[in-house]
Amino acid sequence: MSTLKPEVNSNDHIQGDDTASVTIVEFGDYQCQFCGDAYPILKEIEETFGRQIRFVFRHFPLANAHQYAVPAALAAEAAGLQGKFWEMHDALFDNQYRLNGDLFDELAETIGLDLERFQQDSISDALREKVENDFDSGVRSGVNGTPSFYVNGTKFDGGVTDLYQMLKESTT
Amino acid sequence: MLEKGTIAPDFELNATPDQKIKLKDFKGKKNVILAFYPADWSPVCSDQMALYNEMLKYFTKHDAQIFGISVDSTWCHLAFEENRKLHFSLLADFEPKGAVAKAYGVYDEKTGTSERALFVIDKEGKIAWSYLSPIAVNPGADGILEALEELDPQ
Repeated sequence: MSTLKPEVNSNDHIQGDDTASVTIVEFGDYQCQFCGDAYPILKEIEETFGRQIRFVFRHFPLANAHQYAVPAALAAEAAGLQGKFWEMHDALFDNQYRLNGDLFDELAETIGLDLERFQQDSISDALREKVENDFDSGVRSGVNGTPSFYVNGTKFDGGVTDLYQMLKESTT
Repeated sequence: MLEKGTIAPDFELNATPDQKIKLKDFKGKKNVILAFYPADWSPVCSDQMALYNEMLKYFTKHDAQIFGISVDSTWCHLAFEENRKLHFSLLADFEPKGAVAKAYGVYDEKTGTSERALFVIDKEGKIAWSYLSPIAVNPGADGILEALEELDPQ
């Protein structure tokens, strides 16, 4: 059974409270269609289970297959430096159908980022390294495709609808 | 399937219509990863090869060369490599069909394809790690990476 390596830590982007009984970690790629499909269902999971759920996103960009995967991950991280990781994360999935190289600046403006700073951060080595570290963590945790989910540190064998079903069954 | 400690059976297979890969050529030079998979184009395999494609720098770091192997022909492999932008070679275990898969104990007679199996072969030509995955499950790369790390000079 594959486990999450390293465990959820302060480098992660986390939604929800530390007191939540269930932590879901997604390894995802903003250009991956299956991640795009999973996105609204994950939102629904978060709404349904509220404070019981903590959600973490780590990047697993398949750069050879998806030309915008790494730039999109960098855009999310650059937004994160201005405290708006999740706003960019949501905007990227909401606009996945028209993902292209010009989209990032537009989204940055929409969510109210300092554009110049965003552009500089998007090309920084430190952020590139952060994205690579996420990928590394995915490889070591046994990620075999995107999206891959981990529930309380253990790899979940199934897609997002299986995950939703499992949570419904285990919380009632 | 062949287990850890076994001498890896040598083979000579086409990587392209006019290029052959011999396992013994890597002896003393590189670790070799063999990823047997059932067929080009089937969805799980594709994800699996896409994952390895992203991991080439990891393999290089550990002085390892990866090859995918299936019973598909070189022309089929070429089209698949091009379509998925793969940066490593797929070997054609095509004639006699599945001979290498049989030698490694991972040929499925019923389907006429190889099973989904991974081998890490060290520089002495010995199998350092092997893994048979359920046919529908992409085995990821964590096992390969751990095996390679164990082979690294201390």
